[in-house]
Amino acid sequence: MMDRKPILRVTAKIFMPFILLFGLYVQIHGDFGPGGGFQAGVIFASSFILYALIYSLHDAKLVLSSVALEIMAAIGVLLFAGTGVVSFFYGENFLNYNALAHDPIHGQHYGILIIELGVGLTVFSAMTLIFYTFAGRGR
Amino acid sequence: MTNLFGVVMLSGIYSLVTALVFVNLDAVDVAFTEAAVGAGLSTVLMLGTLVLTGKEEIKTTRKPWLPLIVCVATGVVLIYGTLDMPKYGDPNAPVHQHVAPRYIDDSEGEVGVPNIVTSVLASYRGFDTLGETTVVFTALIGVLILLTGLRKRDKNELTLEELEEQRKREKEL
Repeated sequence: MMDRKPILRVTAKIFMPFILLFGLYVQIHGDFGPGGGFQAGVIFASSFILYALIYSLHDAKLVLSSVALEIMAAIGVLLFAGTGVVSFFYGENFLNYNALAHDPIHGQHYGILIIELGVGLTVFSAMTLIFYTFAGRGR
Repeated sequence: MTNLFGVVMLSGIYSLVTALVFVNLDAVDVAFTEAAVGAGLSTVLMLGTLVLTGKEEIKTTRKPWLPLIVCVATGVVLIYGTLDMPKYGDPNAPVHQHVAPRYIDDSEGEVGVPNIVTSVLASYRGFDTLGETTVVFTALIGVLILLTGLRKRDKNELTLEELEEQRKREKEL
């Protein structure tokens, strides 16, 4: 589709790692600055959408297939809910992260990090997959 | 306005301006989401939809009066509802008196995360966020079922790019 647009192709290739890095930063730094799992997932997804727009949907699917994304979306929700269930085993309420470590504050940190990862995974895979299905559909 | 491409672009610009409003209100997290989802992602998805549906709105023969009256009436009622709301930034407003003081005072000791928004979203209101994630997941399943259907995928089906090229070729002819 974009065979004759070398500027776009080169720019996209240069930008990709920076967008991905920024997505990771927003994901992990979410408890200290603005951002979190949802925003990071969207940024990650937008980098893949950029790739699919500039190169082709086929190339993007070679990097990350639809099946892998479907599984990742489910894993994200399970990671979130699973963290909640783990606190049951320590005799705490659902999604109370205090039990995850010896120190309640540390437990909260671990819990927030894990559930943000779950949110990020689900949002990233959902957004990318929705774009895949939209772009892959003809009439 | 019958050019749908323009409508999509305008809604993207609207989202970006809304994000700036959120920054002005010091809601950086919300602004972040609005800019990424509203201005970025949904615009791309709408453009993808436009390729499937066509870029011009079909002219309707119906009169716009009834929908117009409904819209204006709803707007008037909503504005009337805002009249007895507390003043913007009023520290005595109920919303600032309920759970907010506890979050601001105790989140440092209870959760220990500097960004209070994150501690509210992930810890105090973790159940809500779990529901939110499930909603995204459910939406994904809905889109997959609606767009790909339960039928097996047809290998000969044209992709969006091939469709666009085919249209270009048709235009050249």
